Formats: sequence, structure tokens, C-alpha cells
Amino acid sequence: MANTQRSGTGNIGAFLVDRSYYVLGVLLFLVVWQAASMLKLFGNDFSEAFSPLAAALALIEMAKDGDIVRHAVPSLRRVLVSLAFAIIVALPVGVLVGYFKRLEQLTYVVFQFMRMISPLAWMPIAIIIFGVGDVSVTFLLWLVAIWPLILNTAHGAGRVSPLWLNMAKTMGAMDAGILRKIIIPAAIPDMLTGLRLAVGVSWIILVPAEMLGVPDGLGYFILDTRDRFRYDQLIATIVVIGAIGYLLDSVNRWLISKYSWKI
Amino acid sequence: MTVDEMSMSNKEPLLELKGVSKVFNKEGKDFLALENVDLSVEEGEFVCILGPTGCGKSVTLQIVAGLIEQTAGSVILDGKEEHGPGPHKGMVFQEYALLPWRNVLENVEIGLELKHVPRRERRSIAKEQLATVGLEGTEHQQVHEISVGMRQRVAIARALANKPKILLMDEPFEALDALTKEEMQIQILKVWEKTGTTILFVTHDVDEAIFLSDRICVMDINPGRLKKVLVNHLPRPRHDCMSRTDKEFNEMRDEIIALYSSLKDEELDLII
Repeated sequence: MANTQRSGTGNIGAFLVDRSYYVLGVLLFLVVWQAASMLKLFGNDFSEAFSPLAAALALIEMAKDGDIVRHAVPSLRRVLVSLAFAIIVALPVGVLVGYFKRLEQLTYVVFQFMRMISPLAWMPIAIIIFGVGDVSVTFLLWLVAIWPLILNTAHGAGRVSPLWLNMAKTMGAMDAGILRKIIIPAAIPDMLTGLRLAVGVSWIILVPAEMLGVPDGLGYFILDTRDRFRYDQLIATIVVIGAIGYLLDSVNRWLISKYSWKI
Repeated sequence: MTVDEMSMSNKEPLLELKGVSKVFNKEGKDFLALENVDLSVEEGEFVCILGPTGCGKSVTLQIVAGLIEQTAGSVILDGKEEHGPGPHKGMVFQEYALLPWRNVLENVEIGLELKHVPRRERRSIAKEQLATVGLEGTEHQQVHEISVGMRQRVAIARALANKPKILLMDEPFEALDALTKEEMQIQILKVWEKTGTTILFVTHDVDEAIFLSDRICVMDINPGRLKKVLVNHLPRPRHDCMSRTDKEFNEMRDEIIALYSSLKDEELDLII
């Protein structure tokens, strides 16, 4: 953190100045947005509905009648369930791939190839196998989340210092001990980086994935507001998507700062 | 009985290397790193292996530690032939090898954790060993917060926590500045006196070997082999009174340097 060298009130003052710039950025964005709608930059028909004020009013309305919770909860559930399955698969695979060089060579091309394919390309196949609904959406999110988790975990497990391994051996550590006490803790910062990337990309893919025939979720609600010509609610939903994404990322950043070690 | 008399006694040595050789294979070519090394260390003795870079002194130590397997010969510790590493041989690495995600106390506990020692017992052993190396009160500091000299002391405490039969030290003070290095040499002598542990210490610093050891195994280069074992008669304790400009100290230094006079200049990187 900047300015940690200073002490006393100077420190708090500097902290507040730092914070105020973040707030200022948000306010400037709102001003530009409001100006754009007042200048009718979105066209005569839509500019009023696209204004921040209209979005704020729609947001209050949606909060009151429960639309936000009704659609945010299934969205979060889908992302969290798919992430849980992705973690269960990706962390062991990542550790093994990172630790055994041959396994890394065996999987390298396939993994790099697979991770470049948008999960939406798998959508028809997902629907053929799992049918329209929750399972397909969760599968697509799982498919997008595993690659950053596997590749980052592998990177972390692969760069474990040989010195630590030798030290553990002189302490009488066997493979299981080396795995538990050296490789996994050493790879935790990279696992968390992988998690942060996975959450980010899952949340982005969630919206189009929820347009594939599920009856709820924020992606579904975007289409629903469009169909009802409630463009103010559409914008409000976009704000909700951005806000939840920001919160999820903040949690991840906090985890990284808490569990990363320094040399 | 003084330490000198102990090392001179005729009982079975604690550690014995018999005809140890090591051939490395580099890009299809065999390279003889170590040739027929015979070496013994008595219980409670402080033995230094001294030699220039490439003489195989670190290889010798790593063979004793079980991290490298010898091509020929055997390593006998406490009457048993050794194969592979284990907590009965405490190793102190030049680069400390501390785990940065653990605090000082947790680093010292690692070996006990691997042995499944209960938490409470592990805590108390680790604290005791930190006190032995003069680090009480630093238990909860992070590794990156403490000085390099303190880090090496943590590494020594970590090795001692396993109650090893022998402490193996691989140029442990090499990365330290001159003042910290001297401080650490005094510290290790104090630890040795307090614990009575046997120490095999690798260095290329002639003064360091003289200051610390009961005996100095001087190694030769190309191929690496034992040239001569010198008995160090300098009186103990050395940490408060001995000066490195004493007459006996200088004589010992001259003797070692004379041993190396046959080597070419470029082969010599001993600190003299």
C-alpha cells in the first residue's frame, strides 16, 4: 500500500486522499453518463431510459419487488456450484501437472488448445447431452473456470524451489509430506490467482450462458427486460451484474493479499 | 576432559566415510568429482571440510546427508550404513531454505510436524531451539522481516529441533556480510558448546575453518580428494578471547596455505 511509511495523522490524511480519487472516478463516470443521455447520444428514443437516474429508479423498483434477489441468487448459485466442481477437478490436476514434468509435456498442447475455445462453442453439445436448463449452464461455466485454475496451479506447483524439496527430504519427508507441507502451500498464491481469473471469466460467460433457456438469472433477466421494453431495468440489471462482479473480484483480491507469501 | 582429548580418544567414530567416490555424468561424459574419500568424525567433534570451489566438499556433505548417492564406498553413522536422507542428520543450507509462508516458529516446527509430534510439544521444542540460537521473542515474525543472519539461525534451530545425531552445515555463512559472518561463527560455537552436538562444516574460508574446528579436512581439486587432515590445537573457548591475529592462528593459516601452493592461481578461490 502506498504511503505506509508515513505515520500518525499524515498517514490517515494520505489514505483519505488516495480513497477520494477512487470515489471521484466513479462520480466522473456518472457525470459523463448523465451528460451522454442529456445530449441524446443514445438516440431520441432511448436516451431517457439509459440515463443513470432512470437506472437508479429502476434499481429501487427491482429491489422493492424482489427482482434483483430473484435473479441474482440463481446466477450466483450457478457460478459458485460450477466453481466448486472446477476447483475439485483443477487443483489436483494442476498440482500433478505442475509437479511431474512428463505430465506437463503430455497435457501442454491439449490444455492450451482447449482453453482458447469459448465455452459457448460447446453450447449445442451441452444441450444435446444435458438438455436445456441449469445443468447445461453450470457445465459451460465449469468448462470456462477449469483452465485458469489448472494452468495457474500447475505454474505454482512447478516453480517450487528444489532447495525446499531437499530441505524437506533432510527432514525425513516422504512424497505425501512434501505434497502437503511444501508443494501445496507454495502453490497457494498461484491457485488464488487462478481462482480470481476463473471467477472473472465465469461471471462474464454467465450472462450469455443464461440466455440459453433457463427461467431465471441475470442473463435471462436482460432478455426479459428487453422483451418488456423496460430499458431502464435493462440498464439497472447491467449495473447489478457489474456490481456483483466487482464484489466477487474484491473477495478474491482480499484472499490473494491474505494468503500470498513474500520472499 | 577437553574437546581435543575427546577427539583423540580411540572409541568408534560417530560418522565414518569409507572409500567414498562420486562420478557425475555430464552430457555423456563421466566426471570424477570425488575420489576415494576416507573421513571420520568423533561424537561431539567439530570438523571442517575446507577446500576451493569444485573440490567436492559440498558433494561430500550431500552424500552424508543422503541427498546425493555415492558411486562407490559407504557412509556409516552410529554403526549403521546410511542410505538416503533423514531427520537424524540435520542439514543447514547456504541459502537457508526457509519456507516463506511460515513464520519463524512454524519454520522450526516443520520437521516435528512431519514426524507428527503433537502441537503443544512441537511448540515447546521449537521455542527451546529458538532460544538456543538466541532468537527468543521472534517466534511470530515473518521470514522476510528478519535479517539474513537471523534466517540462518532459524535454519539451525530447525535442524536442531529434530535432535539430530550430527549437524551438517554446507557453507552456511557464505552469503553473509563480514560482520554478520563473524557473529554467526561465534553463535555456532556457543550452540555447539551448549548442545554438545557433532558438527561437520563445509567452508572455503580458511580463517573460518581455523576459528571453528577441532580438525580440518583439507581437500584437493581435480579430482576432489582428501589431501590432509589437520588437528586444530587452538585453545577453547574461542569466542570471547581468541584473536585471529594470534601467533598460533597465523601458523595454522600458513600451514594450510602451504598445502595449496602446488595449485595454480586460477584454481584457488579460498578466502585467505
